Amino acid sequence: MISIQELSKIYTSKKKQVIGVDKVSLDIQEGEIYGIVGYSGAGKSTLLRCMNILERPTSGKVYIDDIDLLSLSKKDLRKARQSIGMIFQGFHLAMGKTVLENVAFALKAAGKPKQERNDRARRLLELVGLSDKADQYPAQLSGGQKQRVSIARALANDPKVLLCDEATSALDPNTTQSILKLLKKINRELGLTIVLITHEMEVVKEICDRCAVMEEGKVVEQGAAYEIFASPQNALTKRFIRTVIDFHVPEELLKKSRGTIVQMKFTGGQAGDTVVSDLLQNYKIKGNILHGNVDYIQEKALGTFVMELTGDPQEVGRAVESLKTILDEVEVLNHDRSADQPVARAE
Amino acid sequence: MIDQLINLWPELNKSFMETLIMVGIGLGVAVIAGLPLGLLLFVTDRDLFLENKWIKGAVGIFVNLVRSIPFIILLVFLFPFTNFLLGTTTGPIAASVALSAAAIPFYARIVESSARDIDKGVIEAAIACGASPWLIIKDIIFPEIKPGLISGLTITAISLIGYSAMAGAIGGGGIGDLAIRYGYYRYDNFVMFTTVIVLIVLVQVVQYAGDFLAKTVKKS
Repeated sequence: MISIQELSKIYTSKKKQVIGVDKVSLDIQEGEIYGIVGYSGAGKSTLLRCMNILERPTSGKVYIDDIDLLSLSKKDLRKARQSIGMIFQGFHLAMGKTVLENVAFALKAAGKPKQERNDRARRLLELVGLSDKADQYPAQLSGGQKQRVSIARALANDPKVLLCDEATSALDPNTTQSILKLLKKINRELGLTIVLITHEMEVVKEICDRCAVMEEGKVVEQGAAYEIFASPQNALTKRFIRTVIDFHVPEELLKKSRGTIVQMKFTGGQAGDTVVSDLLQNYKIKGNILHGNVDYIQEKALGTFVMELTGDPQEVGRAVESLKTILDEVEVLNHDRSADQPVARAE
Repeated sequence: MIDQLINLWPELNKSFMETLIMVGIGLGVAVIAGLPLGLLLFVTDRDLFLENKWIKGAVGIFVNLVRSIPFIILLVFLFPFTNFLLGTTTGPIAASVALSAAAIPFYARIVESSARDIDKGVIEAAIACGASPWLIIKDIIFPEIKPGLISGLTITAISLIGYSAMAGAIGGGGIGDLAIRYGYYRYDNFVMFTTVIVLIVLVQVVQYAGDFLAKTVKKS
């Protein structure tokens, strides 16, 4: 659906060049929700704005629906933009226009006759759940409602793609949830391809099928959202994942523990409890669960357990080995110190 | 004093009408020429959808050029042009040529600066909708700056009332002319005070009406 090839955007000022986007290539499939994550200044917003040529890339190609956007004339580009909806962090509604007029403006831009504009705008407002606000002005609406209006405006001309520029970053967590639900709904019902950029990993976890992580203008990691969460490769990605799934075990606990602390990750269909109970039955060890958590990414479970295993060090070692054969990821956070520290510590 | 006022009345009435004509024409021209010029200055600016540094530069220089000439000098400077245009350099219509020339760049700058206050994001969203430049100007920029345009027109009107007195002094007529002829040349303080009071009232009324109108068109 969207294909970006070797795209770079370099800002040239008198003294120096700043690289906004550095040779990024991405392929976004039809009907998927694709997230681009990164800290501010990573170039994700620039990349998104290159997808409808709000910013013209310095080099590279942008294809949407097999149309080479950079080869289009001004007029054809305007036409193409009508099938690429966009929403923004700051909503960007015309304050002097009513909600209905704001939505109808997009239809006017496409040259639709007045009656059709109003009818369609009303249907769109219904879709986003704001039929009763049609004649109000944006200043009278809450942030979440404003974003709904701008979603209705973006959907006005039946776009194939919706670009979301930090669309939920200005909203509180509850409103964010409801906007994400709405995006998911239109993704399913209208088969819309959605590209969203965000610095909140929570958003990716909630709705993205696939995602890319950006740093200093480059894509450092990309893949299916679940894979990214289950086994992040890049250091930055790991840092992002930690903002939503925190496995952190307190340092104090690690020091005090007399056993071996292992962190286990359960992906896909593996059931954590059976693995743990089997382990405790098969080996002569005791287990103490320090931390357990199951996250759902795209409705697939991702579980993490941190356990303290105590008992004969050799038996514990064998137990850990057997865990490693069953699970993809088993990490020993500390080692049994009872062997090399004969003096028992005060509890 | 009443007698004095009755004597002065016909002259005062005529002068007042002359002032209104001068200021009215000046304002009309400011809207017709200054408004598009101001919008042109805005949309050709850096990072805007019709960015064009040559047009922006040329219009900018023209506007600054006219604005840097003191009005009384502009008046005299334009005499040949006024004469060519109307065949005379006296009377309120002739004076309104110079007033218009001063009003155009003045209003253009006001239009430009109120357009700068628009949230650039709104324009960007319109571009992302695939709107044409003309539609963006007509349907987004213009309605968003309407209150600013009216306040700007009020400021221009009041400046023009001031300028019209100078135009009056060199044959344009109007209230300023009356004040100078009677008040200055004949030391007639009564006429002087009356004209000042008329001007004060006029300015107050213009300001009040302008504020009211700006508030009326301001929706949200």
